[in-house]
Amino acid sequence: MTDVVLSTNRLFKSFGALRATNDVSLDLRKGEIHALIGPNGAGKSTLVQQITGHMMSDSGSVHLMGDDLSGKGPAARARLGLGRTFQISSLSMEHTVLQNAVLGALGRRGDVMRFLKPVMKDRALLSAAQDALARVGLAEYAAMLTADLSHGQRRQLEVAVALTLQPKVFLMDEPMAGLGLEGAQQMIALLTELRQSAPILLIEHDMDAVFALADRISVLVYGQVIATGTPEDIKVNPEIRAAYLGDEVPT
Amino acid sequence: MGRETYINIASLALLAGVPIWAWIVDEPFTITLATRAAIFALAGVGLNLALGLGGLISLGHAAFFGIGGYAMGILASHAQSYTPLMEVPFAIEGTKSMLVIWMVAIVTSALAALAIGLLSLRTSGVYFIMITLAFGQMIYYFAISWPAYGGEDGLSIYVRNDFPGLNTLVPIQFFGLCFGLLCLVLWLMSAVQKSSFGLALSAARQNETRVLSVGVEPYRLRLVAFTISGAITGLAGALFADLNRFVSPTMLSWQMSGEIIVFIIIGGVGRLFGPVIGAMVFILLEHVLGGLSEFWHVYLGALLLGIVLFAKGGVIGALAGREKAHD
Amino acid sequence: MSILLFIEQLLNGLQFGVMLFLMSAGLTLVFGVMGLINLAHGSLYMIGAFAAAAVATATGSFVLALMASLAAAALAGALIELTIIRRLYDRDHLDQVLATFALILIFSEGTRWMFGSFPLFLDVPEMLSGPVTLPGGIQYPAYRLSIIVIGLVVAAGMFALINRTRVGIRIRAGEADREMIAALGVDIAKLYTFVFALGAALAGFAGALVGAIQSVQVGMGEPVLILAFVVIVIGGIGSVKGALVGALLVGLTDTMGRFLLPQIFALFLEPSAAVSVGSALSSMLIYILMAGVLVVRPRGLYGVS
Repeated sequence: MTDVVLSTNRLFKSFGALRATNDVSLDLRKGEIHALIGPNGAGKSTLVQQITGHMMSDSGSVHLMGDDLSGKGPAARARLGLGRTFQISSLSMEHTVLQNAVLGALGRRGDVMRFLKPVMKDRALLSAAQDALARVGLAEYAAMLTADLSHGQRRQLEVAVALTLQPKVFLMDEPMAGLGLEGAQQMIALLTELRQSAPILLIEHDMDAVFALADRISVLVYGQVIATGTPEDIKVNPEIRAAYLGDEVPT
Repeated sequence: MGRETYINIASLALLAGVPIWAWIVDEPFTITLATRAAIFALAGVGLNLALGLGGLISLGHAAFFGIGGYAMGILASHAQSYTPLMEVPFAIEGTKSMLVIWMVAIVTSALAALAIGLLSLRTSGVYFIMITLAFGQMIYYFAISWPAYGGEDGLSIYVRNDFPGLNTLVPIQFFGLCFGLLCLVLWLMSAVQKSSFGLALSAARQNETRVLSVGVEPYRLRLVAFTISGAITGLAGALFADLNRFVSPTMLSWQMSGEIIVFIIIGGVGRLFGPVIGAMVFILLEHVLGGLSEFWHVYLGALLLGIVLFAKGGVIGALAGREKAHD
Repeated sequence: MSILLFIEQLLNGLQFGVMLFLMSAGLTLVFGVMGLINLAHGSLYMIGAFAAAAVATATGSFVLALMASLAAAALAGALIELTIIRRLYDRDHLDQVLATFALILIFSEGTRWMFGSFPLFLDVPEMLSGPVTLPGGIQYPAYRLSIIVIGLVVAAGMFALINRTRVGIRIRAGEADREMIAALGVDIAKLYTFVFALGAALAGFAGALVGAIQSVQVGMGEPVLILAFVVIVIGGIGSVKGALVGALLVGLTDTMGRFLLPQIFALFLEPSAAVSVGSALSSMLIYILMAGVLVVRPRGLYGVS
């Protein structure tokens, strides 16, 4: 299908006797938010690491816009258009908000090996960084030290840095984690707007967010995708209700 | 201007001012001390690129200090004995020209740093620390057991090398040369810190995964940083050998590696002028405390312990407070 | 080159290896369990040697000297663990390197102040000062042979400790997950002090044993420390088995290299060149070995990746 942007094809990964990833095939289509949910221990992080290139699968492949990512490390995949945010904020704490965003823009442009020109005076990088910060609502915090940001602001900055890459796809690992009610609502609004730039593969626990945002949901249990469908399909699927959602499905 | 900038300017003024005063009142020994400080500062500035900016804890940087020193020693000793280094496959004569010697010192230590870096940077954390220490030790033992250039006894160079337009035997002129080089390198490092490379290297130190996620390979950044770092420390080594007109395996010892790190820590790791202040404090302690007691290293150790446990930022950290993000 | 000489050198290599194991075992455990790199380990080796020399001179008893080395090193280890090392567990590696480097300065100069710069002598005990006749008619110094035996006994003891005792279980669990064992109610503080003091005792013991063959002087510990680092890099951090394999590899490679290389070069170089090239190369051999292992296994032979 030509509007598939990211796909995993029959991924397998075992640690000794434990099958952490068991024949996982997923795809992410243009313009959609595809949520991946599952109980703790289902193998979501392992799957994410295989998609980002931090871990090698035993078999199977990952394709991004038709390119086979096999054998490529995380940096190469980022250059090919895989943008991501991290479950645990992964930012340069000693740098300012703007510096973090500029790093992303610098990575996108690819000319890191420059030794004499001051990077923070580079107009092109600055404007790309500032645009990204504005989109997530952090424009006025540009000069602030990242260590001084609140948790929610750091999550926003993560998204901004991913934006500077102008990625073909967003892989977001629990962006809601640790956000209060207001922060969560802001993030939901941000992600809703973000899907227009690139589709989002959203790994999340927060069911309110998942049902508010997702166009499709896949459920991962014991390393296997046991169902993929629209939120409605998932809500009424009796297996999943029993195994995972219990009585707390929002209506 | 921020407090740190004031401190930086003051430290340069002090470093230059003391020998100028000593020159006026004719105290050549003090000029020599200041020259030592400037050279140690240069060695520290080199290491600080890898250590402070890059977060690479190299315990073997004396290897480059010594290689630079031996580059000088070998070239100058062949010149002073009028024998060529090599005749086959092509003739290489010795030289006493500082400019040539510096080039050779820089290139050979850069190559050594590249080789060591290629291997060591594949590892990280404690492995990296131990490996750099081990390679430094390897070069030390090699220098001791290679008889051609003095082995354990070292190599003496009778006359200081030449620099166009200067009489390098005059202490204040040689100091000026070393100070000039230090300032040049400081200026270059300041630019590097603010450059794209500097931003990415510093980010890699703080969070490697982040740098990967924007499409940049930390390994390449670190290899380049380590190589440049080795080259600068190598240049300092050549100057040191010239100052003492003597080079020996001591320049390659683990104690020397430790001392270079100590200069940086006293001044403040990661601060551009940390090594400058640290080297000055170290020379002062060596001279003053060393005069009082031959066991002054105990006090140095206590000071170092105190800094690590209680005053992480060193002198600059204590005076200037939290580091400003380099915008 | 005679077979006798070859075997003698082989045994020397084994003895060197065994001594390196004593030095490395503690170092690798401390890193594996506490995540701490300890540069002052060489100082503990030195303290053990000095304690043994002092007690041997005062009492004339080698056995008492060995016991003193264990006690002094363990005590010194426990002391610095309680006062300084404990503050370093949560710090980054740079802080650990600097603080333990500072300890080297303090211990070295402190020892020099107490005992002077000249080496002390520790004599091989009467009983062991002669040669032993091994199967095949080979004569080998009894003392060196006992070091090999003692070392292997200690190695066996370490394996038993780690694999068969409750303390050993805690050590292994601590290596796997530090926070977890604290949560499970194990007294981390005591465990850490124990592991550190144990490593220190082994180092001090090695220092005393070697002090009888070489001399006892300030600065004797650091070259051995660096060799121990090479052993651990080869063997893999945290693995006692790796420390043993690495130590034997390093000991044998170094000794046999120094013995064989000049002879090999003498086959096609003139004698003086053969000696200088051979000895220079052999001084670098173990580091080349280390580099080789790293290319293939960046985490060492038995390291956990």
